[in-house]
Amino acid sequence: MNFIRFYEICTLMRTAANLKTGESAIIDHFSDSEVSLKLMEMGCLPGEKIRLERIAPFGDPAAFWVSGYCLLLRLEEARTIILDESKVYN
Amino acid sequence: MSPSTRPLKIALIGNPNSGKSSLFNHLTGLNQKVANFPGVTVDKRIGSFRLSESSTATILDFPGLVSLYPSSEDEKVVIDVLSNPASEDYPDKVIVIADASNLKRSLLLLSQIIDLKFPAVLALNMLDVAKRKEIKINTPELKNVLGINIVEINARTGTGIKELKEVLSKADPDTKGIPVFSAKPLAPELLISICELMPLKNEYKAFLVAQQYSFLRSVPEEKKKKIEELCKNSCADLNKMHAQEIVTRYKIIDQIISKVVTTGNGTVDKEFSHRLDNILTHKIWGYVIFLILMFIIFQILFEGAAYPMKMVEIFFSYLPGVIHDILPSGILTDLFTDGIVAGLGGVIMFLPQILLLFAFIAILEETGYMARVSFIMDKLMRSFGLNGRSVVPLLSGVACAVPSIMATRIISNWKERLITIFIIPLMSCSARLPVYTILIALTIPDKKMFGWINLQGLTLMGLYLFGFIAALLTAIVLKIFIKTKEKGFFMMELPVYRTPRWKNVFVEMMEKARVFIFDAGKVIVAISVVLWVLASFAPGDTFSTIEQEVKNTPQFSGMNEQDIQKLIDSRKLQESYAGIIGRSIEPIIRPLGFDWKIGIALITSFAAREVFVGTMSTIYSVSGSSNETKTLQEKMRAERNEKTGLPVFTPATAFSLMIFYAIAMQCMSTLAVVFRETKGWKWPLIQLFYLSALAYIASYCVYRILI
Ligand SMILES: Nc1nc2c(ncn2[C@@H]2O[C@H](COP(=O)(O)OP(=O)(O)OP(=O)(O)O)[C@@H](O)[C@H]2O)c(=O)[nH]1
Ligand SMILES: [Mg+2]
Repeated sequence: MNFIRFYEICTLMRTAANLKTGESAIIDHFSDSEVSLKLMEMGCLPGEKIRLERIAPFGDPAAFWVSGYCLLLRLEEARTIILDESKVYN
Repeated sequence: MSPSTRPLKIALIGNPNSGKSSLFNHLTGLNQKVANFPGVTVDKRIGSFRLSESSTATILDFPGLVSLYPSSEDEKVVIDVLSNPASEDYPDKVIVIADASNLKRSLLLLSQIIDLKFPAVLALNMLDVAKRKEIKINTPELKNVLGINIVEINARTGTGIKELKEVLSKADPDTKGIPVFSAKPLAPELLISICELMPLKNEYKAFLVAQQYSFLRSVPEEKKKKIEELCKNSCADLNKMHAQEIVTRYKIIDQIISKVVTTGNGTVDKEFSHRLDNILTHKIWGYVIFLILMFIIFQILFEGAAYPMKMVEIFFSYLPGVIHDILPSGILTDLFTDGIVAGLGGVIMFLPQILLLFAFIAILEETGYMARVSFIMDKLMRSFGLNGRSVVPLLSGVACAVPSIMATRIISNWKERLITIFIIPLMSCSARLPVYTILIALTIPDKKMFGWINLQGLTLMGLYLFGFIAALLTAIVLKIFIKTKEKGFFMMELPVYRTPRWKNVFVEMMEKARVFIFDAGKVIVAISVVLWVLASFAPGDTFSTIEQEVKNTPQFSGMNEQDIQKLIDSRKLQESYAGIIGRSIEPIIRPLGFDWKIGIALITSFAAREVFVGTMSTIYSVSGSSNETKTLQEKMRAERNEKTGLPVFTPATAFSLMIFYAIAMQCMSTLAVVFRETKGWKWPLIQLFYLSALAYIASYCVYRILI
């Protein structure tokens, strides 16, 4: 996980874990191929819109609204979803 | 293989929580567990139903799947069957059940089933939910694009079942489904060689075998080695191919969706569940509400069940006397009344409480509240080496450890799953409820604190909390000792809120009552009979010696007939086979404050805990006169220590006993299921040893402190 954090900081890429509550963005790609398979099966595909619905009381996990339903992800899972910064949503 | 010789085999496949088990129940009339939580069904279950006038079909309910790539044990069960044509469960037809309010994800699985060339029927479920979300589906158009039959159903109410049966009974050659994804271009040589090796005709099946051979049970070892070699030689990047598959499928699915689905904004419903979530997952209120709910449940368990319990108890305290009057007196009548009726009555009394407990659990599960609890507990649970998904198995451990241990299959991480399995027996199951209830009633006054909090209910809740805390502490210890590199997923769908379907709640209650009475009843009757025999006979002519001795003792001659008889009976019990066994373990349990009669109950409880109460009532019936109409509780209260003449059930003894029952692993079925789920004796034995030692030490401490 530390490696992924380091990578995030170096490249200044925003991940789904950086979203603010209620904020939406577009998924660009994934940084962990194993987790990404599961995520994609659940409907988190590149190009799909993702919105952070709420965060659990102790800061983890979080609920995302994606492809028509509410998906619960741990932050370490959400962190592997890299967002597309060129398209901004509100 | 003509349909007249062999019934049609149908498999029910679908996403988690899409309504498979509901549909299964409607078709077969069986009572498969239904709840609003993904991952309720964790094993296959077979049933049969009348398909048409002349034919029957067998149907298999399976655990839910997101796709044909399993990531936990329950999902592997499905792949094992679908990938093995030699399996006796291999289906002739597949019903894919889809959640219409989330069609996109359902179509992923459907498209994979179609590509495996299974004759498939799409059962479009949850249309009522879709309607509330203002989602409209153009079914005829969908049928055209997919090339398979579609039936609109409501698995909750049973609408559309007739149409579904009609479609299933027709052999429809031109609704095979239009292939969606072609695996061949990704790794042509590899797939051809696997097809030859297995042998297989379907390339997509070969593609799945290439990805999953390592855990498929149907692939023999030597073929696994060959496939491994083939994969290595071909240099195919399997993960990448899997990713390509998903992306390609979803691309096609998106096109289909845009053609057949129209979405409104459906705000009313979303608004409501959003507000409710705001409260139920709030950083303070979320936990407060959870605790209040638990508190209310335990209060009602005591207050609400008290009246019906009293009735059953009184009924069973009069029954032996009545039976004695009707039946001719003799040894068989004694066996029947003192052995069976007493043993069974002792347990049936707790039926109202157990029914209430199961009703509460069913309601919490049906509304979708349990999933919210997993959400707010995941972080906390993880600091104990558990997973948010451990919450539901742990909480349902309050009902019974056996299904809860099976329910841990939804936890994909082995370490988190093992810890959960290990600590589930510490959650006080419903079999402990009778033991707690009777001991609490003996020691805690039936008073109200502040005028409304039932003290007995509060003590009961304390015992459950004690078990839970012991479970968490155990988890911390295990977390240090078990090592793993595996990553744990949490990833799950948050189900929508639903009003509980009262029929489901009722069916669940009745099912549990049936299991409780018949399964536990069988054990209890058997043990009661054995116990009665052991308690009514003694080696040699010990009994007549006792009678002589008592009658010839001058001290006793002044006593009246009844008291002398009582004295003889209790001496007899002490010298009987059961008494010998009990007294032989007395030195071990003496430090915990237990006498030899409790010792007998401890031994019989190893078959199942609820036997405790039955044993107590059998023992006290044998030693008491049969025309007494005292309830078990009164008998226990009257019980005196033979040497000191003081009451046996002092608070110290009662609490020590309760703590012992809260911890000790006194359940054969739990050991057996842990053996099955962990695939070996290592963990059940460690668990047995650990829990027995812990129970002994904790009881000892409690007894020392309170005495
Ligand atoms: N509103 C509505 N609810 C439904 C319908 N069908 C099923 N349900 C509910 O959906 C929930 C899940 O149903 P189950 O039958 O347990 O689903 P399952 O597919 O067996 O779930 P798993 O075994 O966990 O994979 C229950 O609360 C059902 O009452 C439907 O057509 N409409
Ligand atoms: Mg099910």
